[in-house]
Amino acid sequence: MAITIRPVTRPQRTFLTEIYLVEVWRGLMLTFRHLFVNLFRHTMTLFRIKGFLPGAVTIQYPEDAAMLGKRARTRHRLLKRDDGAPRCTACLLCETICPAKCIRITAENAPDVTVEKRAKTFDIDLGMCVFCGYCVEACPVDAIHMDANEVELSTFNRKDMIWDMAELLGDKPKLPSAATKAVDPLYGA
Amino acid sequence: MNLALPLNDICFSTAKVLFAVLGVGLNIAGLLGWVERKQSAVMQDRIGANRASIFGINILGLFHPIADAIKMLTKEDFVPTGATKGLHGLAPMISLGCAMFCLAALPYGGVIQYAGSAWDLQPIALPMGVPLVLAVLAFGVHGIVMAGYASGSNYGLLGALRGAAQMISYEVALASSLAGVLFIYGTLDFSEAVLWQASHGIWGIFLQPLAFILFLTAGAAVTKRTPFDLPEGESEIVGYHVEYSGMKFGMFLMTDFFESIVICGVITALFLGGWTIPGLELRTMGLLGGALMLASFIGKMMFLLFLLMQIRWTLPRFRFDQLLDLGWKNLLPLALINFLATVWVVYLWR
Repeated sequence: MAITIRPVTRPQRTFLTEIYLVEVWRGLMLTFRHLFVNLFRHTMTLFRIKGFLPGAVTIQYPEDAAMLGKRARTRHRLLKRDDGAPRCTACLLCETICPAKCIRITAENAPDVTVEKRAKTFDIDLGMCVFCGYCVEACPVDAIHMDANEVELSTFNRKDMIWDMAELLGDKPKLPSAATKAVDPLYGA
Repeated sequence: MNLALPLNDICFSTAKVLFAVLGVGLNIAGLLGWVERKQSAVMQDRIGANRASIFGINILGLFHPIADAIKMLTKEDFVPTGATKGLHGLAPMISLGCAMFCLAALPYGGVIQYAGSAWDLQPIALPMGVPLVLAVLAFGVHGIVMAGYASGSNYGLLGALRGAAQMISYEVALASSLAGVLFIYGTLDFSEAVLWQASHGIWGIFLQPLAFILFLTAGAAVTKRTPFDLPEGESEIVGYHVEYSGMKFGMFLMTDFFESIVICGVITALFLGGWTIPGLELRTMGLLGGALMLASFIGKMMFLLFLLMQIRWTLPRFRFDQLLDLGWKNLLPLALINFLATVWVVYLWR
């Protein structure tokens, strides 16, 4: 393929642009239009008159929910088989591939002979996790996903960042420890 | 000898100055902090600061200036080891003091008749008001140079040099752009300039539109507002107040707002008819007239401040050589040509 040349003409600076005043005026018109249109929309929102766009694109995050992308990688989730047992076969591939070394699995013999092994404990330290998603890719049995759509994971101490198997499976709610209760002014409110 | 009247006069004069500095200056300066945040937010499709609240009430973020003031007052007032102690403290006072004095010399109103005597609503009425305000405004540059010198920091010193270079270049254009309009009025007194516009029924902006634009531009540069904020450059450039913290820094911050108010007040008095309202004879209306004078003057001033704020959030910052070029090569010659043309036209007219 031959190289094509596309000449780009520079915008010529005329006297009108050189004296700057006209350009300033055009800029001011743009910002004034935004100002007054948004003021009007804010006023309409304030008096609860429907049918107008919001005056700002801001999301007031802690009050309004944050909007996550459809494929956002969020907190891990362990999946179950149809019979209710965890899908995890304790092959340790996720623990091996994890660059942050935040997964700890101990294995035991499974009563189901077709899977041979299962996880006895499965802990993920979210304080160390880098949310790379390698564990999800490595899993041969599709036992771990990162689609819990939960990003508010912070706690007041490092120990609370560790999620165990029951919590990751959703069998047990993640409750703050006594140490967190002592310092969290919002807890119990 | 009747001592009551002079005492009355002293009380009234003090009240006027206090009103100008504390009532107008501090309140509008506080309000400007809010306007600056909110206006920029609304025009950039944002919401703006709205978190400061008292008992859960936040009136569109109006408490933020109060929060700012509390923060400034309670922060540590740190003086670096290499600083010249006395000058370091004196510098912000000079800056703020000069701006405060200018506020008190603005004509907030004319002379009204009430209770059988005449009351002049201008706090400091002098026959040389305009050059005095310009001179004191220019004196504020001492505060900047002193701040840079006394900080004992090279960054502060360089910032001060930048600030001084800018302010002095624009001070020249600022004063010479007023020459034409003052020549037409034939006075250097603010109140007489306002009365001239009232009696001739025309505002200075229609007589001298070029001078208005030149003065507005030079005024924005002298008050160090964007697009001419190279001496301070809030978050990007190290300015002359790099070694200041707490309320001393707050004083420099307030100086900017005060100087903006002064510039807008001067423009109002000389170009927008001052306290007059077309079609109303305010001087014969007693107390109501006085109130209307104040409302008219402050209203016009607020409109100009709004305009300056909009310019501030619209234009990008100038480069320093562009800034000096604009001052010396464009504004100053234009101001002088404007003055010469005015003199020529007035000569032909007579």
